[in-house]
Amino acid sequence: MRARRAAFIALEGLRKTFSRENEHVEAVASVDLEIEREEIVALIGPSGCGKSTLLHVIAGLYEPTAGRVFYGGAEVTSVNTAVGYMTQKETLLPWRTVQDNIALPLEITGVSKKERFQRAQHFIDQMGLSGFERRYPSELSGGMRKRAALARMLLYSPETLLLDEPFGALDAQLKIAMHELLLGLYEKHRQTIVLVTHDLMEAVTLADRVIVLTNRPARVTFMQHIPLPRPRDVHNIRFTNKFKELYDVVWERLRSQYLEERL
Amino acid sequence: MNAVTNSVPNSARKRTRPRSLGDVSGMAMLAFQVAFGLLFLFVWHLASGTVISDFYVSHPLTVGRRLAEWILDGTLIRHAWATTYATVLGFLIGSVIGCVLGFWLGLSEFTSRLLNPFLLFFYALPKPALAPLFILWFGFGAGSKVALASLLVFFLVFYNTYTGVREVDRDLVDTARLMKASRWQIVFKVIIPATTSWVFAGLQISVPFALIGAIVGEMLASNQGLGYLIHLAGAEFDTAAVFAGLIAIAFLGIVLNKLIDISKAGVQPWKAISK
Repeated sequence: MRARRAAFIALEGLRKTFSRENEHVEAVASVDLEIEREEIVALIGPSGCGKSTLLHVIAGLYEPTAGRVFYGGAEVTSVNTAVGYMTQKETLLPWRTVQDNIALPLEITGVSKKERFQRAQHFIDQMGLSGFERRYPSELSGGMRKRAALARMLLYSPETLLLDEPFGALDAQLKIAMHELLLGLYEKHRQTIVLVTHDLMEAVTLADRVIVLTNRPARVTFMQHIPLPRPRDVHNIRFTNKFKELYDVVWERLRSQYLEERL
Repeated sequence: MNAVTNSVPNSARKRTRPRSLGDVSGMAMLAFQVAFGLLFLFVWHLASGTVISDFYVSHPLTVGRRLAEWILDGTLIRHAWATTYATVLGFLIGSVIGCVLGFWLGLSEFTSRLLNPFLLFFYALPKPALAPLFILWFGFGAGSKVALASLLVFFLVFYNTYTGVREVDRDLVDTARLMKASRWQIVFKVIIPATTSWVFAGLQISVPFALIGAIVGEMLASNQGLGYLIHLAGAEFDTAAVFAGLIAIAFLGIVLNKLIDISKAGVQPWKAISK
């Protein structure tokens, strides 16, 4: 038991290269990262920089090319069922109605139909999806599908949430409402949350720590603690001086990444 | 200015009279179709025995009489039933085996790699070439034609199901795995539902092939069915009976296709709605 493995989630010298025939794409180049239990960490960086790859590795869906991943002290070698993962891509089952989709994790663990629909209804209401219970995903807007996917993940309350641009498709007002909802749930359940985003405002509002990644292949280039007190008022926090100060510090570093990308 | 004044009479004309023949109403088109059919029969009537010998093309009235005879004495219904029976049975056997094997190979990397060259061999083989073998195995009755129909159906359904399983979105499977789904839960809750549209597509395209298998089987080795009927008529130089048999077969094909259309509407509400 070495000390550095005391972290709840630890990536050690993680590299990931995708190979297809003679083509090699290096997505992640040597990332060391430790995430504490109950911490909210935001990974931010240019799009296509390998942020999603990191989440896939933590979820045990990708095998690292080199390096190791630890979760709760044990090395991740297969699918990590302790995490709930909301991928960037749609993963609602198109042949199931909204309520059947949201209740799926409970169906898998054998919860009775009546109970799982009851519990699903709570999140359906919270996500503003009431009235759409019996609709199919193809009948919903992009934002509604995102909320349904979020509801599905929150319903079975996994101890860690991996969120890949969960609020990207939402309009500004709805986004704030979702931030409020997420932080409200966090105050209650204290999950560990790893959030991938390219919205710096979102990152500073939600996270305890913002980690800036470089262009592909991804490396950690900068890390900023966000010592804003909790519980946070997601709307008003943005207008405090402390928020602006932190935002500017990270923005300065992030901007150089975006500039590099454009060049 | 010119364009504006011109557009008025244009749109007015559009209301009273279709701009091109392609725009005619459904009723008018039906009238055209009936007229075309009658014209065809009339040309046939005139040409038969004058331009072309009726040995080759018979005569519309003779064909009509032959059909009426067959309907009245029960010949048509007896043979049509034999063909339908072989088609349906071949379809059921072929599709069940095709589905099961398609799912099995789709799910088992080892089996699919093991059997791949053998399947390619059978896939390349024109299925009716197996008819002599089936006659040796199943004899001179319903058995060999059902076998031929089954085989044609099997390959189509198998291939569609197999492809469908291989094409299932990896991310949907991963989502279920993260929710602690067992292998069987993944199969029943994700893979099978995700594959249904492929399976149905396979079933749909294989129905006409079931009919082909049954007819070819009947022509080669049978004493019943519409395929036997036209084969016999051909052997007896009875052109009218051949035409009558072809009309009956086409009609059976149309009925089967209609049945597929009806069954299509009943499945996959999530797709029907999204359209």
